[in-house]
Amino acid sequence: MWLKDSSIGRKLVMSVTGLALVFFLLFHASMNIALIFSEDAYNWICRMLGANWYAIIGTLGLALLVLIHFVYALYLTILNRRARGNDRYAVTARQQGVDWNSKNMLVLGFIVLGFIVLHLVNFWSKMQFQELFGVKTGAFDPQNGAAYVKYLFSGIYDPAAVQEGVAFTPWASWVHPLYCVLYLVWLGAIWFHLTHGIWSALHTIGWSSNIWLKRIKVIGCIFATLIVLMFASVVVYYLGMYFGSLCA
Amino acid sequence: MAKKQETGIITPEMAKIPAGPLEKKWTNYKDHQKLVNPANKRRLDVIVVGTGLAGASAAASLAEMGFNVLNFCIQDSPRRAHSIAAQGGINAAKNYQNDGDSVYRLYYDTIKGGDYRAREANVYRLAEVSNSIIDQCVAQGVPFAREYGGLLDNRSFGGAQVSRTFYAKGQTGQQLLLGAYSALSRQIGKGKVKMYTRHEMLDIVMINDENGEPRARGIIARNLTTGRIERFFGHAVVIASGGYGNTFFLSTNAMASNGSAAMQMYRHGAYFANPCYAQIHPTCIPKHGDFQSKLTLMSESLRNDGRIWVPKKLEDAQRLQRGEIKGRDIPEEDRDYYLERRYPAFGNLVPRDVASRAAKERCDAGYGVNNTGLAVFLDFSDAIQRLGKDVVEQKYGNLFQMYEKIVDENPYENPMMIFPAIHYTMGGIWVDYELQTSVKGLFCIGEANFSDHGANRLGASALMQGLADGYFVLPYTIQNYLADQIGVPRMSTDRPEFAAAEKAIDDKIQRLMAIQGKRSVDSIHKELGLVMWDFVGMGRTAESLKTAVEKIDAIKKEFWTNVYIPGTADSLNNELEKALRLADFIEIGKLMAIDALNREESCGGHFREEYQTEEGEALRQDDKFSYVACWKYTGEDTDPELIKEPLDYEFTERKTRNYKN
Amino acid sequence: MDQYINIKVRVWRQAGPKAQGHFETYELKNIFQGASFLEMMDILNEQLISEHKDPIAFDHDCREGICGMCSLYINGHPHGPDSAITTCQLHMRKFHDGETITIEPWRSHAFPVIKDLMVDRGAYDKIMQAGGFVSVNTGGVPDANAIPIPKAKADEAMDAASCIGCGACAAACKNGSAMLFVAAKVSQLALLPQGKVEAAKRAKAMVAKMDELGFGNCTNTGACAAECPKSVSLANIARLNREFICAKLSD
Repeated sequence: MWLKDSSIGRKLVMSVTGLALVFFLLFHASMNIALIFSEDAYNWICRMLGANWYAIIGTLGLALLVLIHFVYALYLTILNRRARGNDRYAVTARQQGVDWNSKNMLVLGFIVLGFIVLHLVNFWSKMQFQELFGVKTGAFDPQNGAAYVKYLFSGIYDPAAVQEGVAFTPWASWVHPLYCVLYLVWLGAIWFHLTHGIWSALHTIGWSSNIWLKRIKVIGCIFATLIVLMFASVVVYYLGMYFGSLCA
Repeated sequence: MAKKQETGIITPEMAKIPAGPLEKKWTNYKDHQKLVNPANKRRLDVIVVGTGLAGASAAASLAEMGFNVLNFCIQDSPRRAHSIAAQGGINAAKNYQNDGDSVYRLYYDTIKGGDYRAREANVYRLAEVSNSIIDQCVAQGVPFAREYGGLLDNRSFGGAQVSRTFYAKGQTGQQLLLGAYSALSRQIGKGKVKMYTRHEMLDIVMINDENGEPRARGIIARNLTTGRIERFFGHAVVIASGGYGNTFFLSTNAMASNGSAAMQMYRHGAYFANPCYAQIHPTCIPKHGDFQSKLTLMSESLRNDGRIWVPKKLEDAQRLQRGEIKGRDIPEEDRDYYLERRYPAFGNLVPRDVASRAAKERCDAGYGVNNTGLAVFLDFSDAIQRLGKDVVEQKYGNLFQMYEKIVDENPYENPMMIFPAIHYTMGGIWVDYELQTSVKGLFCIGEANFSDHGANRLGASALMQGLADGYFVLPYTIQNYLADQIGVPRMSTDRPEFAAAEKAIDDKIQRLMAIQGKRSVDSIHKELGLVMWDFVGMGRTAESLKTAVEKIDAIKKEFWTNVYIPGTADSLNNELEKALRLADFIEIGKLMAIDALNREESCGGHFREEYQTEEGEALRQDDKFSYVACWKYTGEDTDPELIKEPLDYEFTERKTRNYKN
Repeated sequence: MDQYINIKVRVWRQAGPKAQGHFETYELKNIFQGASFLEMMDILNEQLISEHKDPIAFDHDCREGICGMCSLYINGHPHGPDSAITTCQLHMRKFHDGETITIEPWRSHAFPVIKDLMVDRGAYDKIMQAGGFVSVNTGGVPDANAIPIPKAKADEAMDAASCIGCGACAAACKNGSAMLFVAAKVSQLALLPQGKVEAAKRAKAMVAKMDELGFGNCTNTGACAAECPKSVSLANIARLNREFICAKLSD
């Protein structure tokens, strides 16, 4: 099977799964941005996605994409280290025009992955998971995602949004800005991963030439920045609220 | 097969020149030569030594025809042969530019450019097949330069008044070689060529046939990686080992280019023809220090747009030499465009020998423009004004970049400095019309043979000749020999002839290793190079040549008593490789001096100061020296014997070369 | 202006393919900055020979930047710290007085060390043998001007074809990938009508051979193109990807 056995096939798999994940991120970010404008709108989106069959299929597909992307990344790294040989260079210098992130995609990937775990615990387990299995993993009603997000990042919450039958003790106040910072760090890692990943993926599927190479690098940078800004704006928005609440 | 006769004369019959009018000879030959049928081709092994344009194209073509080919090169890949460094272009009589070119005109320019010292029939054949070469290369995917209409572009080159030179940027040799290399790679992939890289031939193995006549039947080669001596059998042996310019130590040749294959042929009875014809290329980057390892050539194509000059006033030259001023500081009226002045018709595009000598003349008169006084200017300011910097950059950008990296000076702002350097050797192993040497079964192609350029080679003709020999001549002519060999079975390399050849090589290596003297190989080679340049260089006299012979004898003695080779013989040993080559360069150097001494005339690249016109131009002695001087080996310590192949021009009138009007 | 400098060179010495390698440091005095890097190596070797030590083995031949024979990984860069040149075109003016210069061989699984700084790049030849050609025999081809080729395409093909097969791309690549080398040849021939005929077959065959020989997977870091002495463009890799993927999809 050439997608497994040939170097370009393997890269193609990385490229296509990566691009699909980029589209997911774009989708996810557009959803999040709704929080800034209307919590109701966000909750409406949450309901649309909740435990519906298409959301479940989407989630499974997404998990599969991440898994393939991850497994292939490990596989490629093992092969590439082998290809490099046993003796390493004693001196390595930075090459002009070679971006730092392009050489550290695996490390960036691990950082991103680590945060994904955190993110799943933070959010997914308390939203879609709760709905699917009816286990009350969180204090807030999964139908009211906005209230939970707001609480996580800013510490502000409406006691009415707390689910019945759940003992709710608010966290220490410093936890909320810490989450904000952690998520911003994560977004930073994602930005580095994507600024190389997007153009590299396009390059791998062959959408590049002497002229387009420069263009896809710009396109990749714009996309990555846009996605990250959309996510970050929500975090910053709530962080602002947090500081606002301190002053109040 | 040419055999020495009482008179020491090689007749046209012995040189196997076909009868008939000039333009019919090659067709006649092909119509009547013997061929080998496909089933028999499979049973015949051909050894090809060298993977340059001639070697690679021959190996590929022979394999395509069905022969089993064993191909050898000393580099780590066949793609690295020094043909790759040719920059400017390749000639062909396509007349795509509609400027009046024709096969005859290419023939005529070549034979005139060679100062009427080449064989008419060979040169005509070369011009005839030139067009097929371009077709072949384009079919292989060689990316020649094109016009906006999509058709092939041409540029002009020295010694011609038409634009017939095809080129691929400043890397024509590279692209042609990679074309031949790709054809060769295809055959290696198919298993029809067995490729031996990092192998250096150290001797040819001769085996007597049933009539007691020796035939080349194999080679002894040293595996340069392991140091092991290996034996290989072939029904015929083709040598395409290039020229011997490195005799001068400093030349435009690659570091490993050598003349040892030629000397091995010579020792087995192949004649060494016209060894004194060495080409000095006029546009090389001047020497900058004693540690220098080679001279870098700047393509002759630069002379299309560059103008060569030195200052008119001696004091300006002296200030340049002291580094007080730069070339651009000298006003137009104080510049002496000496080529345009002396040769109004051809101007900066005179043939190489003429341009080189003119540069030497100016420098000898004290007008040199760098600290050593051994350089002239090649100026692009006119071209930049006329065409714009962009156009100049597009045409010559890579050459300008190369110059700047080496000299650390921007040639767009200040004129380039150039000086002549040893570049190409027109002389080489004598071959007949079939490219067979005077030894049966031993063929010699490309720069290694003597045949097509006479006493001087025109620019863009070396690539043409290498590929002509390899693609379109040898694959035909060798069959005329091999057709008689179909009954000869593959021979075992355990035969005593192989063992004896290997033993001789072993002994020679042991002898070298045992010297354990005080001097490195390079230091002796540099000494030889200086003697060659000073006494057998651009201007030769009877006296300088006699001095050279004495000095070379002394160097030989020094080498064989005082060289130091570290390491062991049975492992990778660069110094041993170099020593084996130097041993042969010393012999070649002497042979060049002997030949130059014998040739009491000036022609092409060979300039005897005693024989010049009042204006300092070369003066041929057609009545006495209109022959190919073939030197026959008589023994290690005896002088070679001269055999002459008269050049009786049947079809072309010999004139004094005139590039003035 | 070029000066005379004193330097130290730290050189990888390895007796043979299987031997354990190590660094050795040598001192050199009064090296003229106008000398080329390989001329400095010549001087060093002359010095070693005069001390009856084993000279350093390194590959070199044309010394004008075109044969692709010279290698050397100098101070962390294949072909040294200058752009668009080979080691033989590198000059000592790129180094300063008192500097220690580290010289290593190409390090890549597919390029095993033969001795010291000399490596075996036969893998590149094998890739070419797998498909780096147009399948035409000598003779019987059409007139050279029978197929017009747009100048832009011919020029782009020429740029790709300027690859010298030195191995710097694989040496520079953290993945030990030979993609730029393969891409250059596939691109050159895919751009020209002569090569287009068997373009799909070629791309598949050359990539398969490259993978078989143990080269790594390209991750588009661009180190290859950045270090390429002939500035072969990274865009060629995209063309190779395109050619290869299309070829596989149309199987």
